[in-house]
Amino acid sequence: MAFFEAREVGKTFGGLKALSDVSFTVNQGEIFGLIGPNGAGKTTIFNLINQFYPMTTGDILFKGKSIKGMKTHRICHLGIGRTFQVVKPLKRLTVLENVMASAFCRVNTFKEARELALETLEFCNLMSEKDKPAKSLPIAGRKRLEITRALATKPELLLLDETAAGLNPAELDEAIELILKMRDRGITIIIIEHLMKVIMTISHRIHCINYGRTIAEGTPGEVANNPEVIEAYLGESYA
Amino acid sequence: MKRNQIINALLALVFLLFPLAVTSDYYRHLAILALMWVVIGGSWNLLAGYTGQISFGHAIFFGTGAYAAGILADKLGLSAWWGLALGGPAAVLMGLIIGFICFRLRGPYFALATIAAGEICRLIAVNWESMTNGMVGILLIQSFRSKVPYYYLALALAGASLLVFSRAMKSKWGFYFVSIREDQDAAESLGINASLYKNLSLAISAFFTGTTGAFYMNYMAFIDPEVVFSLPYISIMAILVAIIGGVATIWGPAVGAFIMVGIQETFRSAIFGLAPKWVSQSHALVFGLMVIFVILYLANGVVGDWPKIKRLLVRSPKTGDAAWLSLKRGKSERPSEG
Repeated sequence: MAFFEAREVGKTFGGLKALSDVSFTVNQGEIFGLIGPNGAGKTTIFNLINQFYPMTTGDILFKGKSIKGMKTHRICHLGIGRTFQVVKPLKRLTVLENVMASAFCRVNTFKEARELALETLEFCNLMSEKDKPAKSLPIAGRKRLEITRALATKPELLLLDETAAGLNPAELDEAIELILKMRDRGITIIIIEHLMKVIMTISHRIHCINYGRTIAEGTPGEVANNPEVIEAYLGESYA
Repeated sequence: MKRNQIINALLALVFLLFPLAVTSDYYRHLAILALMWVVIGGSWNLLAGYTGQISFGHAIFFGTGAYAAGILADKLGLSAWWGLALGGPAAVLMGLIIGFICFRLRGPYFALATIAAGEICRLIAVNWESMTNGMVGILLIQSFRSKVPYYYLALALAGASLLVFSRAMKSKWGFYFVSIREDQDAAESLGINASLYKNLSLAISAFFTGTTGAFYMNYMAFIDPEVVFSLPYISIMAILVAIIGGVATIWGPAVGAFIMVGIQETFRSAIFGLAPKWVSQSHALVFGLMVIFVILYLANGVVGDWPKIKRLLVRSPKTGDAAWLSLKRGKSERPSEG
């Protein structure tokens, strides 16, 4: 039984086929990269996994059980956390309050939530910002807050949507370090990323899609040398 | 913490002793009205200020509570005081029906739907004459001639509502309410059942508003649809109370209630009979101007922007000797910012 499996998942918006027949499995403890050019359907896959909208065809199984048709908040309770590409901080709350709000997913009292939130902030190196309002954070901080918040819900599977986009080189290294630290904690990660430096160094396996269809899957080396992938990214003449 | 407790204890004492010190029925009546608005404004604040679901329909819950009490007495011959127990649940039931329909919409569309729902309820009350007596209204006989029992009842209701709201906001519920206000999609992905918690917030809000409506029936002994289901005098007033006092603060609506009742009465009485008669017609205009002023200069209301007001009112004559000015500044949230 696979830890996580997408079976021939498809999604159409009206007449537009955003995804068709995308299948992949993710093993426990793995970092699984999801790449593809802009508009390929990567974020759509995440939105289908956490049931932001229903899938048109196919099925998604988490730990052997179908999660099709579940409510978004149930997905989180099951142990699938996610971050958003366009960050969604709870702006007028402080960083600590943001993380506490998500910690309540696993605990019930104010005190426990505070403890879990502080612990998570410490893990993610965000302790120094804890009393600032979330809206005052720069983009690197907001991306980190997204991860911290998702982590406070104690996920077994974490969906990271371009958490490295827009970061400077130093921040990038910190972000990579954090992702590896989470993997070492035993969290399985599916990551969408455009930055090849990130995706190629940390992923065990990569799945590449274009126009909503799978074009390649394999180790970073295999995918990087796949002619179809090169064509999708650089154009036909380089393939 | 200590200082706050002392202030709270003093406030409680002042309110407990008020009817003993003030024997004028007129001022007692105003105090009762203000205490009622403390509850309604606070209820609106829970749903709109904290949970972000702007309601223009709180008259629905007020009217439902009032009519629950009135119909119990008028049609079933029970004491209208039963309404105090049943008015809240009746309003909750109504709230859940409204929520079922209106929570499909978000933001301004929800607000618009609540206006429509409020008007529908008013028209039902006007036309369902066999049940509500229509425009004739329901007239009862007051249980007490003295205002004192009503005062203490209103005070208990206000105290209970403030206690419930402040407890709720310090718990998981409060965090969930505010998360939904800030970003419903993010909230759901963090495991928050937005639909459940919006309805919960609505239910608490409706309960207190409905109970106040039932109290109003008992106290005024007369209701008609144009009063208790009124868009301007109940729904909008609830919003004004909270906005002027301070949205998304516990004490804001309580302070706002006293300010609004004070201003309303000042104008209704044409500045205590000193001004010409037409002034008494102008309180709506004054409310409008006040809202503009508050939105422009005190976006967080009197309570939310208290540090700002304090700085404006008290200027230090010389530098350095205004130690009591630099008292800990309250946290100010800015609810109108996206």
